[in-house]
Amino acid sequence: MPEPMSRTSRRGLLLGAAAVSTGALLAGCTSNDSQDEEPAAGGQSATDDQPGKQVTIGFAGPQADHGWLNAINDNAKRRAKKYSDVTLEITEGSNDTAAQIGQIETLINKKVDVLVVLPADGKALTQVGLKAMRAGIPVVNLDRIFNSPQAYRCWIGGDNYGMGLNAGTYIGEKLKGKSDARVVELAGLDNLELTKQRTQGFDDALKNYPNIKKVARQAADFTVESGQAKMAQLLQAQSKFDALWNHDDDQGVGALRAVEQAGRDDFLMVGGAGALSAFQAIKQDNGVLKATVLYPPTMAASAIDLARALGQGKGVGGLAEYEIPTSVTLYSAVVDKDNIERYLPTGFR
Amino acid sequence: MTQPVSPPRDSTHKLPPVDRLPAFRGLLGHADVRTLSLLGVLAALVLIGGITRPDEFLDTRNLQLVLTQASVIGVVTVGMTFVITSGGIDLSVGAIVALSSVWATTVATQEFGFAGILFTAVLVGVGCGLVNGLLIAYGGMVPFIATLAMLASARGLALQITDGKTQIVGVTSLLDLGERDAYVLGVPPLVMVFAVVTVCGWLILNRTTFGRRTVAVGGNAEAARLAGIDVRRQRLYLYLLSGLCCGIAAFLLIVLSGSGQNTNGNLYELDAIAAAIIGGTLLTGGRGTITGSVLGVLIFTTITNIFALNNLQSDVQQIAKGAIIVAAVLVQRRTASTT
Repeated sequence: MPEPMSRTSRRGLLLGAAAVSTGALLAGCTSNDSQDEEPAAGGQSATDDQPGKQVTIGFAGPQADHGWLNAINDNAKRRAKKYSDVTLEITEGSNDTAAQIGQIETLINKKVDVLVVLPADGKALTQVGLKAMRAGIPVVNLDRIFNSPQAYRCWIGGDNYGMGLNAGTYIGEKLKGKSDARVVELAGLDNLELTKQRTQGFDDALKNYPNIKKVARQAADFTVESGQAKMAQLLQAQSKFDALWNHDDDQGVGALRAVEQAGRDDFLMVGGAGALSAFQAIKQDNGVLKATVLYPPTMAASAIDLARALGQGKGVGGLAEYEIPTSVTLYSAVVDKDNIERYLPTGFR
Repeated sequence: MTQPVSPPRDSTHKLPPVDRLPAFRGLLGHADVRTLSLLGVLAALVLIGGITRPDEFLDTRNLQLVLTQASVIGVVTVGMTFVITSGGIDLSVGAIVALSSVWATTVATQEFGFAGILFTAVLVGVGCGLVNGLLIAYGGMVPFIATLAMLASARGLALQITDGKTQIVGVTSLLDLGERDAYVLGVPPLVMVFAVVTVCGWLILNRTTFGRRTVAVGGNAEAARLAGIDVRRQRLYLYLLSGLCCGIAAFLLIVLSGSGQNTNGNLYELDAIAAAIIGGTLLTGGRGTITGSVLGVLIFTTITNIFALNNLQSDVQQIAKGAIIVAAVLVQRRTASTT
């Protein structure tokens, strides 16, 4: 029979629940840096497209428990399929650090030619990256960066600071003639470093426009629910402002609901990430959302390109270098009504 | 017993004070010092809000906003109050809200429109509550463990259903419920649902056999069993009730956010427990107050509102929220000991 619990176990219970819930939250919010299904990556590959020597690429990523990681896996697989000279060894994703280390070690033992790793936790997986490099297997580090430059040959990922910078510049240009313009920021989860970088970039961009003042900033959780709640408060707090930058299109779904519910349309909104729903809203152009800043959607496919070039000892087509670069930071393009058609197919759900 | 057994007027048994105005007593219910102190805290918050941001805070729209934001977690807290009063705990409320909301917003369900979504959300909530109740009442599992297991698996299932994607609701008749046009005499429909759930909860806990049994089970399960209460069945019903509340809350959340997401209801379990405890419900069971719980929810929502209006950052908000929980409970201890 269930007995009334002691005080200590109650405390444990609260902590336990907090831990589990936080885990769930983090798992959910990583989806914000979302990517696409890579339909647009049919363009020029980064490297020489002539078939070369056979390359076996080992791919280890975290558990595909949300849209972005699904898209990452998809991108990698499709790109690898395009090359007749590439064999892809893909491990089952895991968010457990120990399990992912084990999977990478298995790939090392299989003596793959190149490794592509999207670590569940970059810092925790640095050691196994070093191990692979020492075993003579070059590592392409995807998005979540290892702690040591010795742990990878090449890093490729998105630019959070650039997202903020470009969003700020876009808003700055739109409000150029306006004196005493007021902008508001709906940030993402504040305990993530990437949120700070996005805000820093935004603030730096606004410094170029002395007529603009950031009057409020609230942090949401990268979830629809939090986006709605925080935006409703922001709208109540700021009866008048000219522009809003929302860090993430997923929480933007909620933010747009709040805007609708408050019956406001007196400002322009810029989103972040590149969700299909945001693209559609921009295309229809019947609401406040006018643009979104991408977190580049094709990095997994590019990582396969780079890994293949590494395996074949090539440089990047179009560059004079004999080797691929050490790091590639993708561009956080601003998508608005003018270029929406180009990016529409890359929108993720 | 070393002391002579004193006749009925034993001071350890706190009988409700004899009231000269029964109608007044009925109106306020358990409006004891504890409830009054909560009202005091709320009044102080209103004062702070009114002083710091008079234009925005003391605005009808803001009142509507605060009440709307309190609705979802408020409904969950009413269910939680019953469970805690019975000496149990439900850690799975947030996960059940998530699962109900994503199940109700799948494409298949959306085909049936408004009714389909409402029915599915409530059904999934009740279903989860049933599993909790069976495990605890008849499986002999500790509520903490059973609902922790439900927390994990319901979140997992929610993730599996959505694949991490946000399920946007296309049923406009449903979404219209959250719009300003749907307000009746200035009251949003969501707030009405919250009010109905609160009143029903209060009536059930204070005016029915079910309520008395709940308190009895929480006070002393063995004594309740000896007194002829089917403790197991009572427990089953209580977790069912909590699940039902989660289903209703999920529906409200769908209307509010226009979507279902597997991250919905995050940390609701902690917020609901905190609100109930602040309200004066004993974590050890045996005493519960719906009025207190709802006031607890309103206090939290008002704090969040004031923070946002004054543009305080989330770190400051979290620290202050923690401090307020501690302060509220300390104040309560004081006032409780003086009654």
